[in-house]
Amino acid sequence: MEDLRKRLLKTEERTNYLSQIKDGVEWGNLSGLREKFVTLRDRFYDYTEEELSKEIGLLEESLCFLEARCEETLTSMDRVRIVRNPHRFSLKDILENVYEDYTELGGAEEVSIDPSMVAARASIMRRVKNKSVMQQVMVIGHEKGHGEEYRNGGCSKPWGNEKALRYMRVAETEGIPIHFYIFTPGSFPVEDYPGAGQQIARNLYAMAKLRVPMISVTSEGGSGGAEAVGMADVRLMFSHGYYSVISPEGAAAIEGKIREGEKMPKELVEACAENLHITAAENLKLGTIDRIVYEPPLGAKRDDFGFFRQLKSEIIRATDEVVLKTKSLRAFRAYELTMKKAGDQVVEEPHIEISWDLNEDEVKRLLSYRSKKYRAMSCKAYSEEGSACSAFCQKAKKSIAKLYYSFRYDLLKSQQKQVKKVFQDVSGEGSVLLKQVSSPITAAYDFIARKPGVRPGKPPAAASGSGEDPIEFGDVYTSPLANEDRTVTCPNTEKQGCKDLWVPDLYGEFGGVCENCGHHFPLEYQWYLKHLFDPDSIREFNSGVCAGNPLVYPGFEKRLQAAIAKTGRKSGIITFDARVMGVDLVVAMLYSDFRNGTVGAAEGEKFVRACESAKLKRRPLLSYVHTTGGIRIHEGTLGVVQMPKCTMAVREYIDSGGLYIVVYDNNSYAGPVASFLGCSPYQFAIRSSRVGFAGPRVIRDTTGEDIPPDYHNARNALQRGHIQGIWDRREFRRNLHKSLLTMGGGNLYYR
Amino acid sequence: MTHEIDFDAIIGKYRSDPFDYMDVCTIHTGQVRFRVRQDAAVEGPSGEWHHIRGTLLYEMTREGNQKKIFSSSNGVVSFIRDDLEGQFVEAGEKILTIRHPLKKREIIENILRQVLEPFNAPERAKYFFSLELQAKIDKHGQRGVSIKPGDEILTMSLMKRDTPVYYAGEPGIIHSVYFQPGVSVSQGEPLLGICSQEKLPMIQKIITRVKAEWE
Repeated sequence: MEDLRKRLLKTEERTNYLSQIKDGVEWGNLSGLREKFVTLRDRFYDYTEEELSKEIGLLEESLCFLEARCEETLTSMDRVRIVRNPHRFSLKDILENVYEDYTELGGAEEVSIDPSMVAARASIMRRVKNKSVMQQVMVIGHEKGHGEEYRNGGCSKPWGNEKALRYMRVAETEGIPIHFYIFTPGSFPVEDYPGAGQQIARNLYAMAKLRVPMISVTSEGGSGGAEAVGMADVRLMFSHGYYSVISPEGAAAIEGKIREGEKMPKELVEACAENLHITAAENLKLGTIDRIVYEPPLGAKRDDFGFFRQLKSEIIRATDEVVLKTKSLRAFRAYELTMKKAGDQVVEEPHIEISWDLNEDEVKRLLSYRSKKYRAMSCKAYSEEGSACSAFCQKAKKSIAKLYYSFRYDLLKSQQKQVKKVFQDVSGEGSVLLKQVSSPITAAYDFIARKPGVRPGKPPAAASGSGEDPIEFGDVYTSPLANEDRTVTCPNTEKQGCKDLWVPDLYGEFGGVCENCGHHFPLEYQWYLKHLFDPDSIREFNSGVCAGNPLVYPGFEKRLQAAIAKTGRKSGIITFDARVMGVDLVVAMLYSDFRNGTVGAAEGEKFVRACESAKLKRRPLLSYVHTTGGIRIHEGTLGVVQMPKCTMAVREYIDSGGLYIVVYDNNSYAGPVASFLGCSPYQFAIRSSRVGFAGPRVIRDTTGEDIPPDYHNARNALQRGHIQGIWDRREFRRNLHKSLLTMGGGNLYYR
Repeated sequence: MTHEIDFDAIIGKYRSDPFDYMDVCTIHTGQVRFRVRQDAAVEGPSGEWHHIRGTLLYEMTREGNQKKIFSSSNGVVSFIRDDLEGQFVEAGEKILTIRHPLKKREIIENILRQVLEPFNAPERAKYFFSLELQAKIDKHGQRGVSIKPGDEILTMSLMKRDTPVYYAGEPGIIHSVYFQPGVSVSQGEPLLGICSQEKLPMIQKIITRVKAEWE
């Protein structure tokens, strides 16, 4: 009888789980099943044992049938609910069941620095013939826990990501592979030091060249939070997990233009989840992950030990694969190939001992593979116009340029530098000698020849560059805003008592700046194109790269075409060569007119090419962010992978000796700030701009807390250490030139 | 001195009309368009930082510049110059009155402000009670300590220097304390409300009456 009761309770559990996945009991015959269950439970002792066993058997049978049907027809939103279900396994379960033993680092449970991020030194055992071999790894990942409030449901705070980075570095020092497990709906959007976006950017920057193999497995991959520990050599994903640029609810709020506090239509959320292509199979197809780790039907739970065994073999296999790729021996390569052919579902781990230590050459190969992997991501998600002939021309041009610049800089420059250095030393010595001899004579001459009252000394040196700045505001380009005959009120009037401003003055002579308090009114990006750079020095490149609709998001094509027609450009970024007071530089400019400056595959590709061009030409790279609204959600994870992709490009550019400066203007938020913009060592903001990771509404939605109205403004960003300085728009050109010279040194390409 | 306060008159005033009337005047010259009607309920700014604006009262257009004016307190529009709708109006013209229902606390505060002697901050600084006074307050309670002109009552802490502040004014007891120790107070802000010993029972009486009688 006791057995039967247990069976009955188990069926109840399964019914509940099913109804949770389907968000209600209306689906299938769940309500009927439940009724039947209730009658059985209430009249448990009215039945004989035989009858009961028969009834329960029937119940189980129909439940099995329903489960099978549910598994076949799982929608994206169902998967989201599976992932969020409290019965789902968490990182602790993996640590317990996949690894032999582990030590949590940086504190445990609620006394950890950030309990939602767990770092653990673990050992994993593999069987080789009859011997067991222990291998050391670092496990880093989000711990959702099972309802503990302090874990924030796996939303890692900035200091949690900082902790992750710290232990990544430990793993690098010790030369052990890192296994990342991603269980996060997104990062916790607080800007307190070290800053949500900032820390993700730092993590990505470090991971781009971390000298150990990295494997990541995604269960719940929510955009930025996931990327903070997601830039791996092999990216696996659980079959019932999701990986998305934004939560389906967030997407629905944006798409449906739903006001705060209003109820979100369920169908819209479902549709958004479908359109975002968030499932493992779809991500595999898009190429944003490498392989799927299969789970039992309806997702693995905490006690699916078979699943953990499979995960163990998969993770060992993936680490082997990364390591073997770097080996130069052919035998290893062949073995790797057989492993690949073995198919998707492998339960047994490879029975061969493979050392996970890498030597110098192998590390180099590892890094180059990683770089290539991320460079190739999302390359099919944009279109580029041009015939085969022009492509050939481009290629030829590029190789000629490569030849020219390497001759000019690698060959000549180093020689020139050495000669210059010798000359400098010699002339320095000489001048000291000469001074000793000549000083009595000059002193005597000065005494006789100079007029009294005039102090001897050199005339003041002329300003560097071309001397006086030739550009005056209003001469070159006047904003069309200035054509109206009206006044506007400065938003600081109440505090600062600013007078109303006449529009033609404000947008003409004043450069959009309030004369009293210095508030910067927004200006079009064209103003910057004309005022920031030397006249006629702008040469745009890659303008043919066109943003697309790779996920065939319903209705997006039309909006994209509207943006193209409105701006006359094909993407939300403009890349060009330009000159500032005689200094050549490469500029990548995100601007607001094109879909609010959001970044998708085309923008990412153009940015990467700008980095490559700057690297090739040995020029400083400026990212001017007129506005960015984050990652374009209509491209799903193809948008998200722009974060690691562009960060990788920036890292390579900076490592090769480049100078990378970022200037934020108006509003800069989310993904780009949390990756390729935020990783710059030199970040500045124009006055009255706002910089941050998530906007006020998102913060309110996720944390339930209100933020002060000035939370994201440039002054606070400066105070928090996010940016290094605030620039006045009218001083932008001069400041930029000055910083190019001071940070870049004389030759700008400074190493 | 005691008879200077006619508390029946004060209370009677608030009893007959427990409202505060706030006149809204045009902030500058321009064309006015009302966005509220007579007897409309309006809300003041809200949110933790008062960053959510109140009800839109009227819009003013001058030189093509449309400016929105929001309510600064809650209440009801008790008077509106409907005849000015769409008209060009000079600056400083009274166009609206908001009748703001006073709360018990506000009435008591208003009364106290009328009858108490304020002691204002001489400079922007942090203020603390002087050691001696603090000891007395700890012993007898705030209202059991009387001060007279020339007493050292406060310590003004500015730029790591502590300067004693001496009381100048009518002798009395400390009735209300408006500052928090260690928090900067701007110049001219009231620090203390002083009440002469004789006045105290009357003030207490008023307060208890207000507390008891107002719902």
